[in-house]
Amino acid sequence: MADQSDVSQALSPQAVRRALKSNFGAADRTFRGVARGGGLLVLVVMTLVGTFLGFRAWQALHKAGLSFLTTQDWNPDGGGFGIAAVMTGTVLIALVAIAVALPMALGAALYISEYAPRRLQRTLITIVDLMAAVPSVVYGLWGFVFLQWRVGPLSRWISNWFGWIPIFKVPGVERNDPLSTATAFTSSTFIAGLVVSLMVAPIACSIMREAFGQAPLGEREGAYALGATRWGMIRSVVLPFGKSAIVGGTMLGLGRALGETIAVVMVISLVFKIEPHILTNGGSSISALIALRYGEESPFGISALMAAGLSLFALTLLVNFVAASIVARSRSGAVSEA
Amino acid sequence: MTVTQPTGVGDDQSVQTLERERDDMAAAPTDTATDVPPVTTLPPRPAGPTEQDRRRTGGMRAADVFAFFGAFAGAATTTGVLWTELGPFTGLIGYVMTTWVLFMTYYALLVSFEQNGPAVRDRIASAAVHSLGLVMLAALVFVIVYTFSRGWHALVHLNFYVQDMRSTAPQDPLTKGGLLHAVVGTLYEVGLALGIGIPFGLLGAVFLHEIPGRFARFVRTVVGAMTALPDVLAGLFIYATLILIFGVPFSGFAAATALAVTILPIIIRAGDVVLRLVPGSLKEAAYALGAGQWKTVRHILLPTARSGLVTAVILGAARAIGETAPVLLVAGANNFMNLNPFSGPMMSLPLLAYKLVQSSQDNDVARGFGAASVLLVLVLLLFGLARIVGGRGPGELTKGQQRRRARRSQRDAERIYDRWQNTYGMTSAPVPSRRDGS
Repeated sequence: MADQSDVSQALSPQAVRRALKSNFGAADRTFRGVARGGGLLVLVVMTLVGTFLGFRAWQALHKAGLSFLTTQDWNPDGGGFGIAAVMTGTVLIALVAIAVALPMALGAALYISEYAPRRLQRTLITIVDLMAAVPSVVYGLWGFVFLQWRVGPLSRWISNWFGWIPIFKVPGVERNDPLSTATAFTSSTFIAGLVVSLMVAPIACSIMREAFGQAPLGEREGAYALGATRWGMIRSVVLPFGKSAIVGGTMLGLGRALGETIAVVMVISLVFKIEPHILTNGGSSISALIALRYGEESPFGISALMAAGLSLFALTLLVNFVAASIVARSRSGAVSEA
Repeated sequence: MTVTQPTGVGDDQSVQTLERERDDMAAAPTDTATDVPPVTTLPPRPAGPTEQDRRRTGGMRAADVFAFFGAFAGAATTTGVLWTELGPFTGLIGYVMTTWVLFMTYYALLVSFEQNGPAVRDRIASAAVHSLGLVMLAALVFVIVYTFSRGWHALVHLNFYVQDMRSTAPQDPLTKGGLLHAVVGTLYEVGLALGIGIPFGLLGAVFLHEIPGRFARFVRTVVGAMTALPDVLAGLFIYATLILIFGVPFSGFAAATALAVTILPIIIRAGDVVLRLVPGSLKEAAYALGAGQWKTVRHILLPTARSGLVTAVILGAARAIGETAPVLLVAGANNFMNLNPFSGPMMSLPLLAYKLVQSSQDNDVARGFGAASVLLVLVLLLFGLARIVGGRGPGELTKGQQRRRARRSQRDAERIYDRWQNTYGMTSAPVPSRRDGS
């Protein structure tokens, strides 16, 4: 009885609530302080990059105004300058890269997770991860020395047969003209996109593969039990399950493709006009513009480059955030009833 | 007999049913069973073979192989006719692509002769997935092999590894000049970048893990955003701040800071993920034993996650080694050895490869590919290292670590025993064996 009265006393509203207080010692307080400071410093450095870009870009943006978005030329010290051409070029290269990389990444991811023999799987995963770790300059070298000249016939073939589609047209080269020079097809947006696609495919592939591998076994076996072929199972279980990973992985690859610098610098020859014909010589990209022009500019020119960089950063940031949220959603749905 | 015997059947009827079934399968129905009225009668079944051939559920049949090779041969020859006789087609890549499309068509046709729609779609999808996966893997292998084969002529000369390009003209033979200055520059730059990146990166990761809250969430979002920063912008940032505002010269140090800005978010993110894998029970055990937060981090969290953290750092290093764009903007470039990262331009491997390949001289191009090969080897080494270290889960130990831990535990036991003996002066307790006499 005595116990019960104690309990009821403790439960009564008059009882003083025990304060739960963490009592950190000196060492812990120091540690927490240092860790917070570290976090703050990281935050400062990171935001500094963004804000500083914005701050330095302000001068150029202020002067150019809205024409910054519509001007194609890049002549900060003389005439006008704007990102219309370079932004279009950047997006075009990234789109070509994704158009090539998406089927490759999807195929490789499906192959590794569904078709490859068990003992090959780990090796293949390592190879794909390794492919993502190969420095971009190596891909750039390969594109510049090898691919550029080998793709010429393919470009010519495409422009011969699909030239009626506007983006595949090569102005200045007659259809089936054997005398047209090979250089009309080099240094194009298409080749830059091909090189970049090799860089982004492994990134997209590993994200997709991870999601495909988590597709619930019960549902797979259920599909087989209902008489599905392997492809039927993939289409009805694996692909729907990994849908958001496919979208997210592609977007992440797109973000990487937008920011890729050195490989693009090596392949394209920079022109400052909107070039919608992806097979023809000449293209443009913001990162290539920065890498090629940073040295020869006045302070105002640097400010203009900063403005271009800022717009690139804004674009990649947007794409990455969308991608990250899509991928995160796919993870949260990963645990399904099996 | 393939009838399964139910275990623990209680009533007579079901047993009898079972027996009856057994009889049915063995031979024609007998009339002895008719005196048991309530039993279900089964229709007579024809006596089949008692042993069935096991069905193969996987693998290929001969018809599949014929269809595959037949379609392939047909496609290749049709394309050959198109290319050589009929049309103005040229180019190897176009040939391969046309062959592939034709192959798919023929293969579908051949399979459809004896299979239904879903099976045809299955075969086509399988062929498409295999070929796409193959293309991607082949592309990687080809890029690597191509780099090595083009750089081979430079790589076989010893001077390539021990000289710099101080007195080498572009048309000089490959027996002159080398990339020592670039290797040294790369090591300096990456070393400095890691020197900045590791402490702050690990601190940031530990902060995100240990002091959760609104602020940590915000920092995590910003770090995630910074992984999206195009590498050239990191270079541009350092160029505009350190070099243009603070007057730091083009140098290895400037390049290292730019690389540090690039790899910091990578290390923080990877470290954050790895720290989350440390079992919470370990930390709770430490708290329960009275350890403070710092002691828990120092003695439990970091040692347990060590292999994962090392992997995070190595992956950051592999990224830093290959980065060209930031280095291009702020390191400058030179042809000779520079051992001082704080003054004077410094060469690095990716930059050297980039510059050399653009030369019109074949020897310089070979040197450029040689530099790229050396770079590739460094990245492969780091990557392999990361695989070996990161292959173990948190808290898993190597043989050596286990031995060391056992030895330490033995020493502790001896120490405790000694103290116990000194305090109580007893000698009857079993003496632990002394192995290293310390």
